[in-house]
Amino acid sequence: MSVGLEHYLILSAVLFCIGLYGVLSKRNAVVILMCVEIMLNAVNITLVAFSRYVVPTLLTGQIFAIFVMAVAAAEAAVGIAIIIAIYRSRGTVDAEKFDLMKW
Amino acid sequence: MPHQVPWLIFLLPLFSFILVSFILRPFFNHRPKLGGYVTIAAIGTACVLSFWVVAEVFGAPGHKLEIPDIQWLLISDFSIHIGLMIDSLTAVMLVVVTVVSLMVQIYSQGYMEGDPGYHRYYAFMSLFTACMLGLVMADNLVFMYLFWEGVGLCSYLLIGFWFHKPSAADAAKKAFIVTRFGDLGFLAAILLLFYTTGTFDIEELHGLAIAGVLAGTTLTWVAIGIFAGAVGKSAQFPLHVWLPDAMEGPTPVSSLIHAATMVAAGVFLVARMYPLFEYSEVALTTVAVIGGFTAIFAASMGLVMTDIKRVLAYSTISQLGYMMLGLGTGGIAIGMFHLFNHAFFKCLLFLGAGSVNHSTGTFDIREMGGLRKVMPWTYATFLIASLSIAGIWPLSGFWSKDEIVVSSFANNPILFYLAMITVFMTAFYMFRVIFLTFGGEYRGGASSEHGSHEPHESSRVMVIPMVVLAVLAVFSGWLNVTGAFGAFMGHGEVCGFAEGFFGILTHPLPLISLLLAGLGILLAYAMYSAKWVSAEAVGRAFRPLYTLLYRKYWFDELYEKVIVVRVLVDGLCAALDFFDARVVDGAVNGVGDGTAAAGNALRRVQTGQLQVYVMAIAVGVVAIAVFCYLFG
Repeated sequence: MSVGLEHYLILSAVLFCIGLYGVLSKRNAVVILMCVEIMLNAVNITLVAFSRYVVPTLLTGQIFAIFVMAVAAAEAAVGIAIIIAIYRSRGTVDAEKFDLMKW
Repeated sequence: MPHQVPWLIFLLPLFSFILVSFILRPFFNHRPKLGGYVTIAAIGTACVLSFWVVAEVFGAPGHKLEIPDIQWLLISDFSIHIGLMIDSLTAVMLVVVTVVSLMVQIYSQGYMEGDPGYHRYYAFMSLFTACMLGLVMADNLVFMYLFWEGVGLCSYLLIGFWFHKPSAADAAKKAFIVTRFGDLGFLAAILLLFYTTGTFDIEELHGLAIAGVLAGTTLTWVAIGIFAGAVGKSAQFPLHVWLPDAMEGPTPVSSLIHAATMVAAGVFLVARMYPLFEYSEVALTTVAVIGGFTAIFAASMGLVMTDIKRVLAYSTISQLGYMMLGLGTGGIAIGMFHLFNHAFFKCLLFLGAGSVNHSTGTFDIREMGGLRKVMPWTYATFLIASLSIAGIWPLSGFWSKDEIVVSSFANNPILFYLAMITVFMTAFYMFRVIFLTFGGEYRGGASSEHGSHEPHESSRVMVIPMVVLAVLAVFSGWLNVTGAFGAFMGHGEVCGFAEGFFGILTHPLPLISLLLAGLGILLAYAMYSAKWVSAEAVGRAFRPLYTLLYRKYWFDELYEKVIVVRVLVDGLCAALDFFDARVVDGAVNGVGDGTAAAGNALRRVQTGQLQVYVMAIAVGVVAIAVFCYLFG
């Protein structure tokens, strides 16, 4: 069995759905943040796969994936900081308890 | 003559209004006389130019000047022009308005001296004159209606000049609102005319009426609508109630309103649109009947009034009735000739009343008396004007009144008898005023802001205009002894007396009316000067009649209690209020309430739960993807 573009895409889709499921269903904000990272990495796989199979001579996809990693690192830092701040003020990281912005 | 001259006649008083109200009043309020000088200069120049225009019109073919139009509004392919219509009718009105206005302005310099609203007074007077001049020169109905309302506005402002007096404020409102009922008819007539003919141009409308294109019921309704406007402005029955109350304004204002501007506008309007009336028998008869009835109706109330200005007010209504009667039975020339003469002697009468008030501080003739000796000039001029209005040969009133009497005799015998009785009444009430005011002994007067308790002759600035007007009141009637004025008006009707200046005294009708006027004067003499008959005894003997007249046939009560309260407030206004509260407010509140309810329901979507939002985004993205896959 040779590994083709579609395998990478399916892997990426599965990873993305797992991440999305985690974002939607988990209560712990830290876990939600981790799930977001999974979604980002799923996208990275897609970018690299397309780069390799569609335009093998160009590196745009790979470069883009590196950008995404850098942004993800920054986002994780900011996200963790926010979660710590929320934890300090409300004493919990349960996303369902964060409902100050409702009607 | 340059084309700018007629424009200047209108623009000069307008500029004077702007100058006085925007420059003199704010910056030169410590120099009150200045406003008066500016106004007098502007109107004086306009007066000179008016005489120039008359001379030009007299020499022009068909007594008509062509003035190029200026385009004002262009609405798709329909354009409204600003133009001037200068014919003999306009020319006569220009002279009347400017001469009377000039005299009144000069007189006001003395009468209004020391009044804190001096500049405001002159600003309004200028605007009033400008509006009336615009009205008489307008060549289309839109423009005319504009000035028609302008005249109404100015009369409101001037009647309510002393607005701190509640009676003046009420009188101003009454004048404005009552005339509005007539204006409604005028506006409807203009719209109907435009709907039928597609033009506002007065000359074109004349042409259409003469050619018979505009005819039948439409023409009748249009003419009646126009006449309704004239009834309001000229205070004819049943809209006569505002004019006697209009006495609350300063006396020179009453003088201007009664002689040249406000009330003359109604008569002028009928004369201006005369071809439309001529081809509608019904309309012409309506004009004559309303005029004839108003003449006697108003004169009867004038018999018992004790306020000198109110007597004069009813006399104006009565004389305006004569003019309408003249228009309805005779023609433009006859009606307009009476307007022309009436302007001078009625203006003079009011200036005389103002002069008397200035010296005694009251308008109540029961408190005056004996002023003949102390106010010889006022007495002489007032006497001339009274003889003129009573129709005594050879003063001006005689000539125009007898034209009307003769033409009504030929056309409508009933109205002729009414007119004859009115002649008697007119002579009686005018000389009642004369004997009570100037004859006998001084009965004290009253104190007011004007003048002292001791009666005195008015200053020269007030006497000179009165003398000028007295001269006009004597001679203005001679213009039409043999029909020269009628020929100038150029409408073809017969007028003037073939018998000539002295021969007229052999004509039976003028002789009868002279006799009746003489009887009226004699009766007034018997009751109020010689006291052969006690006025009080007569009043007691005819108590119900006296009360009826003194209470003005209860027309004020009728209008106030029945029409205003019952019909308007309880009926129409209540219905409108219901509509407003339920339908209009209901719609507005409904939109508001509906929006609020929708918002209330939808805000539950905002849960504040981050994951619910993400869920919505995910579902939305999937939905879009599915949609694109299926239909893209």
